[in-house]
Amino acid sequence: MTAATANNVSLSWYEASARQRIDALVDAGSFSEFIGPELRETSPHLSIFDLPEQFDDGIVIGCGRVNGSSVLVAAQEGRFMGGAFGEVHGAKLTGLLRAACTLKQNVLILFDTGGVRLQEANAGELAIAEIMRAIVAARRAGISVIGLIGGRAGCYGGGSLIAGTCSRLIVSEQGRISVSGPEVIETNRGIEEFDSRDRALVWRTMGGKHRYLIGGADMFVDDEASAFRLAAIDALEFRRRWDLAVLKAEQKRLERRLQRFGDAEDAVDIWQVLGLNEPTNIPALPTDVFLRAAGNRENADDAR
Amino acid sequence: MEKLSFRLSSPSSASGTRPQAIVGVVASGNLEVLLERTSPPDVCTIEIATAAHGFGMVWDAVVRDFVARRSAGGLRISINDGGARPDTVALRLAQGVRKIEEPER
Amino acid sequence: MTLDDILAGLFPNGSKIEVIGAMIAGKATMADGKPIHVLGIIQGQNLGVDEAIVLAGHVIEIIGSHDRAPILVLVDSASQRMSRRDELLGLNEYLSHLAKSLLLAEAEGHRTVGLLYGGSAAGAFIATALAAGTLVALPGAHPAVMDLPSMARVTKLPIEVLKAKAEATPVFAPGLDNMVRTGGIQIIWDETAPLAPQLAAVLERPAGRDDRDRLGAERGGRRKAVDIADRVVAMATSSSRELRHG
Repeated sequence: MTAATANNVSLSWYEASARQRIDALVDAGSFSEFIGPELRETSPHLSIFDLPEQFDDGIVIGCGRVNGSSVLVAAQEGRFMGGAFGEVHGAKLTGLLRAACTLKQNVLILFDTGGVRLQEANAGELAIAEIMRAIVAARRAGISVIGLIGGRAGCYGGGSLIAGTCSRLIVSEQGRISVSGPEVIETNRGIEEFDSRDRALVWRTMGGKHRYLIGGADMFVDDEASAFRLAAIDALEFRRRWDLAVLKAEQKRLERRLQRFGDAEDAVDIWQVLGLNEPTNIPALPTDVFLRAAGNRENADDAR
Repeated sequence: MEKLSFRLSSPSSASGTRPQAIVGVVASGNLEVLLERTSPPDVCTIEIATAAHGFGMVWDAVVRDFVARRSAGGLRISINDGGARPDTVALRLAQGVRKIEEPER
Repeated sequence: MTLDDILAGLFPNGSKIEVIGAMIAGKATMADGKPIHVLGIIQGQNLGVDEAIVLAGHVIEIIGSHDRAPILVLVDSASQRMSRRDELLGLNEYLSHLAKSLLLAEAEGHRTVGLLYGGSAAGAFIATALAAGTLVALPGAHPAVMDLPSMARVTKLPIEVLKAKAEATPVFAPGLDNMVRTGGIQIIWDETAPLAPQLAAVLERPAGRDDRDRLGAERGGRRKAVDIADRVVAMATSSSRELRHG
């Protein structure tokens, strides 16, 4: 094994921990952590609620190399507090993005989050706003900020707004992206609006396949850490400064989406409009078949 | 949260040279174990913060059994526990020692 | 204060502002005679894909005009629209797009000032008020991430317990003062004094870096964030230097 190869063992991205994902993503032995668990920078707020803390507050950040090039990496741990953004958790990512701007290094964000941590909601909400501003500053400086989404907690709430600020998104089928979660919609609007226990509905409305088909994500991969790594290598090759032209193209793209699909009742209707063969069969397709079938998808063409 | 603390003598030190290792996550029925090579070579300290109150006796038995079976000298072990069962705790402790003993790349 | 009172107070020289459903858009003249763009989401409405795309379109038009005039974003909204349709269409992209347009406007030389005069919550708050370069509020504004009853449901804590905890920390409970103490809102305007000079005072301060975490530390509402972020920058910088010279 050379220094530029990662661990080649098969690993489900969905099942893996934040630390396992980083290990599988970066070149073997190249990761070094910032504000590691030994510093015990835990949340100062969870004890008010008598909740257990985690030494890294649910996010691992640091620097490493991917296929030989230096990157900054952040990985959320979706099993701790649902990967939610609190004060420390958020500030670690904010700091990393500000560093990216100074160091001119690309950033990989491994999302796995339910959104803002309610026990520190104001701090979490502000962290989201600070992170988005830092991403915009980095992208204006020509830095790529790439999001990888396929974890247990998905990418919900404020996390999904951060994802929408990234230059490129890599998703697996498991990578659900949505502002309001299924339970939140059901609680607020009733089961007629959204039945959160209807898992098939959740996946086809918010899941990675649908997001890829409407241009909400740029690359679709298997639930395999090695597939995420290859896609990240690919995504890092591409560099484009974010400016008014890109923003205008995104405006056009999102207007077009409303015109084309604004009246759709269900994802299947959208897939029908896209001209996919047997749209009801899309959720069942394995990755290679799905990617062939997705030829007519709405490609974001990096207008994000 | 309940805090527990143990200081146990451990005649043989953990092997390897890694300064620290971490395993597990804090979730319901799960725990994280942080191991650092910062205790005296014949001592293993274990600090626990647990969400499940009133299980001091169980922790006492699990950590004593662990130190009796493993070479844990020199380790400072810190645990954040989300209410894991004793077998899960024993498993994570064993994984943690294995990890800190792994050769460095 | 009502929207009309606010606009009259801010722009005694007149304004031309159109109401489009739950949104407003237009231009006004400030006391010093200079122009200012005015946008907003009003009447406590939800922000969904249909509203976000319209507001973003206005901001993009303003950036394209290169007039570098400031943009005032008036906010009295509910949360993001929680619906199956909005999520099906990718609401996160629409909200991010709106936030990005405001952030780009600021970076391109338009001062962006958010004025929270009513409610706002969650994703709608992030995409509008919190995406402005400077956020100010009027007394009575009521920002929230989530209301306490919903929070009680999710955290499985009785609302009385949550209320008691909210007395001890500004970090989680809804409310204007909490958002000020955590650094999200720079200042609460005095509604008994003329508004125009208060807006002028905000615009006199040069646009700068994001100082909300620093404000949060100074005000004691968010003590750790700025320290953590600064330390990460320092660690990343020194480890990058080591790699280059090592």
